[in-house]
Amino acid sequence: MNGQPQAVVVQDLVKRFGDFTAVDNISFEASRGEIFGFLGPNGAGKSTTIRILCGLLHPTSGKALVAGVDVAREPERVRQNIGYMSQKFSLYNDLKVIENLRFFAGMYGVNQADAAERIAWAVDMAGLTGREHLLTGTLAAGWKQRLALGCAVLHRPPIVFLDEPTSGVDPISRRLFWELIHRMADEGVTVFVTTHYMDEAEYCNRLVLIDRGRIVASGSPLELKLKSMEGDLLLVECDQVGKALELLQEAPGVTDAAIFGHALHLVVPDAERAIPEVKSYLGERRIAVSRIERIRPTLEDVFVSLTSLKGRREKEQA
Amino acid sequence: MNWNRLRAMARKEMIQIRRDARSIGIVIAMPIVMLLAFGYGVSFDTKHIPVYVYDREQSQASRDFLKRFQSSRYFNVVRSVGNYPELVHAVDAGTCQIGIVIPPDFSARLGSGQAVRIQAIFDGTDSNSASLGMSYTEAVAQAHSAKLQLEWLRARGQGSVRAPLSVDSRTWFNENLESMVTIVPGVVAMVMAVVGTFLTSLTVAREWERGTMEQLISTPVTPLEIMLGKLLPYVAIGLIDTSVCAIMAVWWFEVPFRGHIWVFLLSTTLFLTVVLSLGYFFSVVAKTQLAASQISLIATFLPAFLLSGFVYPIDQMPAVVQGITHIVPARYYMAILRNVFLKGSSVFNMWPDFFGLALFAAILGLAATRIFRKKLT
Repeated sequence: MNGQPQAVVVQDLVKRFGDFTAVDNISFEASRGEIFGFLGPNGAGKSTTIRILCGLLHPTSGKALVAGVDVAREPERVRQNIGYMSQKFSLYNDLKVIENLRFFAGMYGVNQADAAERIAWAVDMAGLTGREHLLTGTLAAGWKQRLALGCAVLHRPPIVFLDEPTSGVDPISRRLFWELIHRMADEGVTVFVTTHYMDEAEYCNRLVLIDRGRIVASGSPLELKLKSMEGDLLLVECDQVGKALELLQEAPGVTDAAIFGHALHLVVPDAERAIPEVKSYLGERRIAVSRIERIRPTLEDVFVSLTSLKGRREKEQA
Repeated sequence: MNWNRLRAMARKEMIQIRRDARSIGIVIAMPIVMLLAFGYGVSFDTKHIPVYVYDREQSQASRDFLKRFQSSRYFNVVRSVGNYPELVHAVDAGTCQIGIVIPPDFSARLGSGQAVRIQAIFDGTDSNSASLGMSYTEAVAQAHSAKLQLEWLRARGQGSVRAPLSVDSRTWFNENLESMVTIVPGVVAMVMAVVGTFLTSLTVAREWERGTMEQLISTPVTPLEIMLGKLLPYVAIGLIDTSVCAIMAVWWFEVPFRGHIWVFLLSTTLFLTVVLSLGYFFSVVAKTQLAASQISLIATFLPAFLLSGFVYPIDQMPAVVQGITHIVPARYYMAILRNVFLKGSSVFNMWPDFFGLALFAAILGLAATRIFRKKLT
């Protein structure tokens, strides 16, 4: 915007591995300084997309621009401008904390004068002050992940790609990590982050939902919640949840039903009409309903609704 | 090429070698163990061949003759047997490699000026030892006949008779013709062929296996910087290893070192370029440490052992095999090392070998810079 190119532009991107299409013709844009969430279940094509954007994989077709540079044509120019944190921890476990930082400062070509300051910043940011001389392999997962983030941004890249940065980390570390992401975004860094934690998706400025290589929805978290649901969402608490789920999936006037915790979530065309119908439907089948009400959808509902709807439609077509 | 990146890469590699017990073992123990094993284990000298004798006459004359075997360092007369089957049995059982039978009319025939035929039985299962044993035996018999002839002539008043021909032998470069002196420089070359390739065969594969490669190739580092950064520490290690081997060759195995140290270092650096690049190449292609290390052992050990002139002299090989030896880089280095150690040859004396080595260093070094791609597959 304002004459500046978008941070990330993806057009008709396709990546096939043999017969398998991992990324199936996707297009989206991420603006500068935003936290861009890439959301989807395992195997949806999130990591493949992020690896293409970092120039680690060559796209089968389509176009990807990062900081205005074509990734397929000039991957090295892209790498100057990005920081990447892979899904699997990939710093050197047999190096000390400080040695990993020095190594990556070297790899990113950070000049000597800057390096000391950036390394000190990264140590502080990761909360590793006093632990600089520990072997990286001995650190707990949360520290490792913050160190990996520190290593990835030593050269102050304008765009950072984080592939499931918080998987396998305890909740407090996750919170800390997201604070760091927000701080970077405040400084104008574009953060491109993939996750399958729906609560984390709420922290993003914009989201793209991806399932089986295709984009199923995109927008801000609020937009998604409002637009992407076809119908209203009901919360149902009852006994025999499993049996109730089976019955409701077949029930007339119910678009979708899924278990959430110890309750059920139903997608219906119209809440006003559906509430009494569902009550009596279950009552006739000797299932007592203790609570039924219309609720505001969470992203998880949106996501489950979109992906399962899609599955159902495909089944019907088949 | 960014020097900071190269230095960071090399430093990281060095730290990893230092922290990895297995690497340390390969770097320090493997060359020394191999040098000792081959230095002592491989010997082409035939000394103290066990001999059984069956002296059917037991006379002064026959004992004089047999004494010559005992006093030669090539033979060791283990036992004197009393019958023929016992001798046959000893050859069969392998307790002796040569059986010598003195006929009962030994001194009688000598006395009457007739020719005496001595029977010698050789165990031909090791044809090399057998043929050496045969020529040594003949030499002993000839020396003894010459002595007897002289005595015979002197007894007839021809006191001034001398043997008409004699050879004054001087063996150059290996004065005592000890095979260890030729073997040990060859072992140094073989050890470096195996160790050098083995060392680098692990470096790239290790990064793929541990998942660190993904992070590394997301940085702006170039393939050339990765390669040089990974190989330079091993060039230093390789030079140290080779020097340790050379020092052991001189101080422990007492092999002379007559050449110039710079010729040694130059050829070693060229050879290290060859083997380290080769190992790097395997590491990039194989992507797992196990596969890469196995390929490198097979690809270097057998050719370096069989086709480099280490065991079998190249000029004795069939023409086709001789042709094949030209693509075994160890062949050139082996020749250079032997010449540097024993003859003290200069680079100029050995230019064909240096040329071959430099050619391979250039080809493999260049190939190694090209093989690595900063892509996941």
